[in-house]
Amino acid sequence: MPELERHSFDVLVIGAGGAGLRAAIEAREHGLRVAVLCKSLFGKAHTVMAEGGIAAAMGNANESDNWQVHFRDTMRGGKFLNNWRMAELHAQEAPQRVWELETYGALFDRTKDGRISQRNFGGHEYPRLAHVGDRTGLELIRTLQQKIVSLQQEDFKEFGDYEARLRVFQEFTVTDLVKDGDRIAGSFGYWRESGRFVLFEAPAVILATGGIGKSFKVTSNSWEYTGDGHALAMRAGASLINMEFIQFHPTGMVWPPSVKGILVTESVRGDGGVLRNSDGKRFMFDYIPEVFKDKYADNEEEADRWYTDQAGNRRPPELLPRDEVARAINSEVKANRGSPHGGVFLDVSTRLPAEEIRRRLPSMHHQFKELADVDITAQPMEVGPTCHYVMGGVEVDPDTGSSSVPGLYAAGEVSGGMHGSNRLGGNSLSDLLVFGRRAGAGAAEYVRAMTERPTVSEDLVGEARATALAPFQQEGGENPYTLHMELQQSMNDLVGIIRKAGEMQEALQRLEKLKERARSLTVEGHQQFNPGWHLALDLRNMLLVSECVAKAALLRTESRGGHTRDDHPSMDAEWRRKLLVCKAEGDGATVTEKPQIPIRHDLLDLFDRTELEKYLTSEELS
Amino acid sequence: MSYQGKFRVWRGDDSGGGLEDFTVEVNEGEVVLDIIHRLQATQAPDLAVRWNCKAGKCGSCSAEINGRPRLLCMTRMSIFQESETITVTPMRTFPIIRDLVTNVSFNYTKAREVPSFAPPKDLAPGEYRMQQVDVERSQEFRKCIECFLCQNTCHVVRDHEENKEAFSGPRFLMRVAELEMHPLDTADRVDQAQDEHGLGLCNITKCCSEVCPEHIHITDNALIPMKERVADRKYDPIVWLGNKLFRRS
Repeated sequence: MPELERHSFDVLVIGAGGAGLRAAIEAREHGLRVAVLCKSLFGKAHTVMAEGGIAAAMGNANESDNWQVHFRDTMRGGKFLNNWRMAELHAQEAPQRVWELETYGALFDRTKDGRISQRNFGGHEYPRLAHVGDRTGLELIRTLQQKIVSLQQEDFKEFGDYEARLRVFQEFTVTDLVKDGDRIAGSFGYWRESGRFVLFEAPAVILATGGIGKSFKVTSNSWEYTGDGHALAMRAGASLINMEFIQFHPTGMVWPPSVKGILVTESVRGDGGVLRNSDGKRFMFDYIPEVFKDKYADNEEEADRWYTDQAGNRRPPELLPRDEVARAINSEVKANRGSPHGGVFLDVSTRLPAEEIRRRLPSMHHQFKELADVDITAQPMEVGPTCHYVMGGVEVDPDTGSSSVPGLYAAGEVSGGMHGSNRLGGNSLSDLLVFGRRAGAGAAEYVRAMTERPTVSEDLVGEARATALAPFQQEGGENPYTLHMELQQSMNDLVGIIRKAGEMQEALQRLEKLKERARSLTVEGHQQFNPGWHLALDLRNMLLVSECVAKAALLRTESRGGHTRDDHPSMDAEWRRKLLVCKAEGDGATVTEKPQIPIRHDLLDLFDRTELEKYLTSEELS
Repeated sequence: MSYQGKFRVWRGDDSGGGLEDFTVEVNEGEVVLDIIHRLQATQAPDLAVRWNCKAGKCGSCSAEINGRPRLLCMTRMSIFQESETITVTPMRTFPIIRDLVTNVSFNYTKAREVPSFAPPKDLAPGEYRMQQVDVERSQEFRKCIECFLCQNTCHVVRDHEENKEAFSGPRFLMRVAELEMHPLDTADRVDQAQDEHGLGLCNITKCCSEVCPEHIHITDNALIPMKERVADRKYDPIVWLGNKLFRRS
């Protein structure tokens, strides 16, 4: 057996998207030695897929905007289930995080007076999203990547070594976290390229692994989104919250089949695009829920006036929060008013001049032209819901990103609480920056305050190695690709956008059987860049996380945000006061109820009492 | 709608390899990456391919299809005849790891050699003011998804290992141009482009622009303007004389 490669760092960051890179920058700027471990090449993380923008109440486009308004919008979007402290920190700090990106070299689109331009988006009261056309995620990831390079250049000047204090291990998968007693002591994983195992000793680990979309058949998520961080946290003893809330983005591509699920940015609607059914009707006017009636226009004339006069008109219903729009599209398709390939029509061609569409939505124009032979300046797009984002994740301390396991931190999509039951568009990129930075600082403080470093036991290393090699030890077992497809189909059909108790019970039975079959997976070939082996290991994480989703979804007998129960269609104020907490037990998951932390009074005072009555119990209001 | 397509895929590692023939199902609307994935799922579970977003946004799945540098995820099967044999090989300029996966570390090394953005020291965050017309030039270059197809196709390094040391390639010469044209960058990058990054080796054949999946005008908008700035500085007789007479040592 080849000798184990070993490294020692102060902080490990798992994941190199927006949250991971911002955390790494922060920990490094605190003077610590930091390693970033990522499954893809550096700079390819799923953050590049974000299109619309970064929500931050800078007030560049409308001076009335401020953090309180942004906080209110975030809480409304999440149906008040959000961790209020996270929503508060997020709204307060997002502008600083965006301005900081400019000092790293980011080039956002500008207003006439030279400031950062801000665009409209679903659920945001004012134009709030800093953006670069419709490729904002690429700008964010490249900017952070280039900031990391600049820190490495500083280290090169000081130590003659680019990687003296900040090193990126790319195409590297972490399979297990290692603990010393109850504390984090490091992580174990392998180079995807060679299959060689590596042990990292480090007192602090920041999870920034993103989401879980690859457990669903139709998803906008890339292959990396297999819930690794969620599962690593659980197996290390941490808890997850809100796992029943999954955001189905209303507009994914539906045709051709090979690109089904790929995202169509919400900016299309923010910039004037409208949704129509097969009768040519703008159907969203029929789906404005009671709680939003005073904020959204109920006729086309008012909705259209809003684009030029936001003070005097209510917003178009196409810009309702994502959960509302996704359910509306689902209903239209079910009522046989859908498009030829099972979606609805999203049309910007009759709303803006062709030149303007190419300028504002260049990558959408490119994407449809290249992948679907559709010219969006002349034809409508066909779109439908796609699994996009998991609101649930590791339960963390809002201020530091710390989980319940000492030394384990989480930021970005893998953490839970910030977005409540539904995330607003644009709040993800700002979440990554605000809480990435906080987790980096939190981990740095933790390491600084430590008197004795944890050590790694060789027994645990042996166990981790045996687990990782198991798929090679068996013959005649099943192909991991087959299992993965069955898992995706089950989750899509039975725990998808509309849920029923019976279907979720069936999903849980299927998951048990899949877990059983997963124990005897067989992988051909060797450890070097072997996608079958990689998938076999990822499946372990996907199965555990899917069990959390299905179990939590079965327990929550109400509909709220990214959790819609056909058998419990209304929102229940009593349920707002409860969180569902998932923990690992054996090779499965248990889910228990826990009281939600009551909202601080000065934050409640930001809302009208009539609005609060829609969400809170009378006991809470008295 | 579906048919059995003929494919030849390069398989092997740094010790050698060759083209292998496969017959695979092809369905309407698919791209070459779909076919590679179907191969993995049905015939060659350990076939190595690098990919990520499958939407032309991350630049991971670069390879050569019938000899032309392309993204696997953005190459639609409908551009080929059903009877055609489609050959998929790894990028030629970079060392092979396995099958379609190459070692692209050359690019990360070069990225580190470009000095970072240098904003004015007295400008606080939030005080940056730039006009749209001024940021647009660099914004075009920041559309780059770092697929490295331009680096792969550039003849300066494609079959000339010996030039790799001195030449950063179109991607990173464009990065220098991007910073040079950034309205608030304070560093002087003109001499660097020529002396440190090998701009002079580029003889503007525009192959890089031709293979760019983002349709960035690398040659016209980045490389030629940089060459002009170099020429203005190095070869303008009055500037040359001024430098001779007044250069501070």
